[in-house]
Amino acid sequence: MKGLMQEMGDRALALGIPLAVHLDLTYRCNERCVHCYLDHEDHGEMTTAEILRVLDDVAGAGTFFLTLSGGEIFMRPDLFEIIAHARKLTFVVKLKTNAVMITRAKAVRLKALGVDSVQVSLYSHRAEAHDAITKLPGSLKRTIEGVKRLREQGIKVAFANVLMKGNEDDYGHVRALAHSMGAGFSIDPMITPAMDGAREVLGLNIDAARLAALYQDRTLAPDTPEPGAAPAGPVAPEDAGQMVPCSAGHTLAYISPYGEVFPCVQFPYSCGNVRQQRFADIWKDSPQLAEVRSVRLADVEGCSTCVHGASCSRCPGLAFTEGNLRGPSIQDCERSYAITGVASKNLERRRRVIWLAAPAA
Amino acid sequence: MGSPVNRYIARSPDVAARRIGGELMIMSGRDSSLFSLNETAAALWDAADGTTPLAGIVEREICPRFDVEPAEALADAEALASELASHGILVFSEAPIPR
Repeated sequence: MKGLMQEMGDRALALGIPLAVHLDLTYRCNERCVHCYLDHEDHGEMTTAEILRVLDDVAGAGTFFLTLSGGEIFMRPDLFEIIAHARKLTFVVKLKTNAVMITRAKAVRLKALGVDSVQVSLYSHRAEAHDAITKLPGSLKRTIEGVKRLREQGIKVAFANVLMKGNEDDYGHVRALAHSMGAGFSIDPMITPAMDGAREVLGLNIDAARLAALYQDRTLAPDTPEPGAAPAGPVAPEDAGQMVPCSAGHTLAYISPYGEVFPCVQFPYSCGNVRQQRFADIWKDSPQLAEVRSVRLADVEGCSTCVHGASCSRCPGLAFTEGNLRGPSIQDCERSYAITGVASKNLERRRRVIWLAAPAA
Repeated sequence: MGSPVNRYIARSPDVAARRIGGELMIMSGRDSSLFSLNETAAALWDAADGTTPLAGIVEREICPRFDVEPAEALADAEALASELASHGILVFSEAPIPR
C-alpha cells in the first residue's frame, strides 16, 4: 500500500508540480571543506527582496518542501526574515547548515518559526579529522554545541556524514554520536564534481574496496543484498519506457543564490533565471527542463537492459556532468559494482575503452 | 468543555500546508506527520481564522456547501475540529484567538 507521502509525490508528478525546491541562499561559507563543489565568492547574490519574491512565486507554483542551504545559510544576516516569510507561506522548511554559528537565541528563533528539520554536516567524531576537512579550527566543537542548542529546543536534527579519504572509518562513531544526541544520521560516500565541472575533487573518493565494505555494512542499510547476491536484474521493458530517472526537473528544482534554476543541486544544467523570468514560467516553459523530462530509462544506452537496472539509482545529474544527459552515470555503476561485485554493462564498456586506450607495455 | 457555539478555531502556526492538485496536505509541526484533509476538514481549515465562532463557520461555510442540518453539522464539526486539534493542526479556544 502506498503511503500518503508517495501518493502526494505521484500526484505532483502527474500534475507537473515542483513539490520540492532547494534554494541556496549563498555560496559564502565560514568553512572551506576540501571536497566542496562550490565557489565561495559572492558574484551577486539575490537581495532579500528578490528572495522573498521568489518564495512567493515558488509557493504559487505549488511547492510544499523548501530546503534552504548554501554555502552557510547563517552567513546571511536576513536569514530569519527569509525563514519567517517562508513559514508565512506555509512551506515545510528544512535547513542545511554546519551549525557553527547557531547560538541559543538563534535556536530559540528557529523553533518559534516552526522549522521542520535541520541537516548538519558532520565529518568525524575526531576534531583533528573533522577540522582538517572543514579547514576551520575548532569547528567540530562549535558544530556539536550548535546541535545541542537545536536539540534543547526540540528541533529535529540529522547528521549528514560525507565520507572521503581521511574520515571513511569514522562513521560508526558519528552514528553513535548522533544517537546519543537524539539526531538522525546518514552517510554519503560519493564526492561529486565541482559546479564548474572540475573533477579533481573526485580524487577524495574512497577506494573501491572500502566502498564495497561500506555498502555491505548491513548496519547502515539492512536491505543491502548479501555479499555475492545476484544483481536485481534489468527493469521490465514495458516499465523502462515509462520510468523517469529521478525527481530532478519533474517534481524537484534547485535555485542558486544568483537566481539560476536547475533541475537539482547536483544537475548543473541551467534552465533559466528567476531574475529574468518568474519561476513558474521557467518550470513550465524551459526547453532544458522539457529535455530533462523527456528522458526515460529506455532511452539510456546500456542502462535499460543492465543487470542492475531494477536496483540502480542512476543520477541524471551525474550523467550530465559525465557528458551525456541520456548516458549512464559511471559513479552509480561503480556503486552497483561495490554492492554486488558484478560490473554493469556501461562499466564493462568503459573498462574496455580504458584498456584499448592504454599504451602498449 | 464549553458550548461549540462559543468556541473558536484557528490554523495552528506550527504546521505546513499546501494544496496539491486540489487536495489539502498538512504537515504537523509536532512530529512531521502528513495529513490529507477531506473536503469538510479543508473547509474548516480555510475558515479557521480564530475570530469567527465555530457555529458561525458551520452556518456560513459548511451547511450551504454540504446540505446538512445546522445542529448535526455543528456536532460533526466539533468532533472533526477536536480531532484536528489533537494532531496540532487546529487550535481550539473558548475565546477569539488573536493572530
